[in-house]
Amino acid sequence: MRIDAETERLLRDLAPQALGALVRRYGHFDLCEDAVQEALLAAAAQWPDEGTPANPRGWLITVAARRLSDQLRSESARQRRESTAATLLTSDELLAPAPDEDRLLDQDDTLTLLFLCCHPALSPASQVALTLRAVGGLTTAQIAGAFFVPEATMAQRISRAKQSIKASGLPFRLPPESEQAERLRVVLQVLYLIFNEGYTTTSGPNLQRAELTGEAIRLTRLLLRLRPDDGEVAGLLALMLLTDARRPARSGADGALIPLAEQDRSRWNQAFIAEGVALITDALSRMPLGPYQLQAAIAAVHDEAVRAEETDWRQILVLYDLLERLAPNPMVTLNRAVALAMVSGPQAGLDLLDTLDTDDRLAGHHRLAAVRGHLFEMAGDYPAARACYQLAARRTTSLPEQRYLEMRAARLRADPEK
Amino acid sequence: MKYMLLIYNNPATYENWTEQERAALFGEVDAIMQELRESGEWVGGEGLADASQAKTIRVRDGIPTISDGPFAEAKEQLAGYLTVECETMERAVDIATRWPDARYFAMEVRPVMSQNGTEQ
Repeated sequence: MRIDAETERLLRDLAPQALGALVRRYGHFDLCEDAVQEALLAAAAQWPDEGTPANPRGWLITVAARRLSDQLRSESARQRRESTAATLLTSDELLAPAPDEDRLLDQDDTLTLLFLCCHPALSPASQVALTLRAVGGLTTAQIAGAFFVPEATMAQRISRAKQSIKASGLPFRLPPESEQAERLRVVLQVLYLIFNEGYTTTSGPNLQRAELTGEAIRLTRLLLRLRPDDGEVAGLLALMLLTDARRPARSGADGALIPLAEQDRSRWNQAFIAEGVALITDALSRMPLGPYQLQAAIAAVHDEAVRAEETDWRQILVLYDLLERLAPNPMVTLNRAVALAMVSGPQAGLDLLDTLDTDDRLAGHHRLAAVRGHLFEMAGDYPAARACYQLAARRTTSLPEQRYLEMRAARLRADPEK
Repeated sequence: MKYMLLIYNNPATYENWTEQERAALFGEVDAIMQELRESGEWVGGEGLADASQAKTIRVRDGIPTISDGPFAEAKEQLAGYLTVECETMERAVDIATRWPDARYFAMEVRPVMSQNGTEQ
């Protein structure tokens, strides 16, 4: 399907608005979602040839409402309740709401949609798929392509997620104030999961996956507009920008991973770094501290070092100490061990790693062996470093990481000094 | 995470089965396949032709030799595979446990490598 970038952006922005308007009016989240998808496909087919309508939002809602009406009619015919649906869609008031009131509703609706798609009762895979479709406006085929599963499989996941929501009987409104903070954490987790799916893809033919990164950033920006005073929303957006800034330098032309210390920093995206630093500086100065803000602050310290040797590891270590206290997690301890090694020498880092051997969550994890390999290499114990890299290479399920670790081990063997 | 479930069996064993026994076996497989499709965990899978149809290729000093039969000489051979995407290894093992060949021969579960990676 030929569709220019501008039309696609417009459609994707309008998708949650159209869906929100329909669900608010008619309920039936699952059927409305299908109807909006069909309207989006119709728009993508017609607008490039026939021109974008004067009121694109109204166009989408009208077409989607018509589809919904057809669907409800055929469904109620099955249930022999034809009269209800026939009268359901005669009103046209929703097509021309007052502009101000309309804007307000859209914002609430998009947030309500995000909460609904990221409902804690759904599996993470379903939350991701439904968010990308219902809020992101992506097609099932695009989502399936990005996750390397057949379209039928993805369609089934989305359909099941919608059935769960329908079965739970959740109303289409914001969760009670008392639950919002907790529910927002789940939304942030889902957005970060989408981001990482895209970000961790190395170069190559997987452009569709890289788009996930952009989509996660777009949705987080949208969320920040709706929740401008939540430090963790700002923190997550900053973390995404400060991480994605390094993407042009994180893998070679052949797709091989390049560690942070060896990246060509002139290739980092300075606009993203500036925006991320501004966001995190503002958030830290006026909002309660949270894990995403601390991770963003760490990313900012890395990004602000013009050369790897100039990295302010003392500051990074302080930030990891805080993060470990705020959100204890063996992966954080692992990263703190690296910072500690950079500040106090490799043996201090290795000693800290030893405390992780008894942690079931990490004991057999390839990252523990990989970090240990780096610290042994720093300490000059090359046979131990090689053994750790090889162990990590056998444990990882990532091809680019395996390749990196095997190269690292081979480098130690080839160098006669080592 | 994607997992590949490798199905190992010896077709000779099934040759003496009655029609009812065969139908029961196919019924079990169909039920699992249906469940995986409905849960959105199904990614793909194929059955393989009998190992007697296999060719094994070896290149030594640039010269290929092609022999009939599978790489590993054993009564049990790789008969097919299914790929599933599920939340945990435990879930993949659970699916393999219910696959009928596990009762007579073996199923092997292997995580599938991904193209995603994090720089150190």
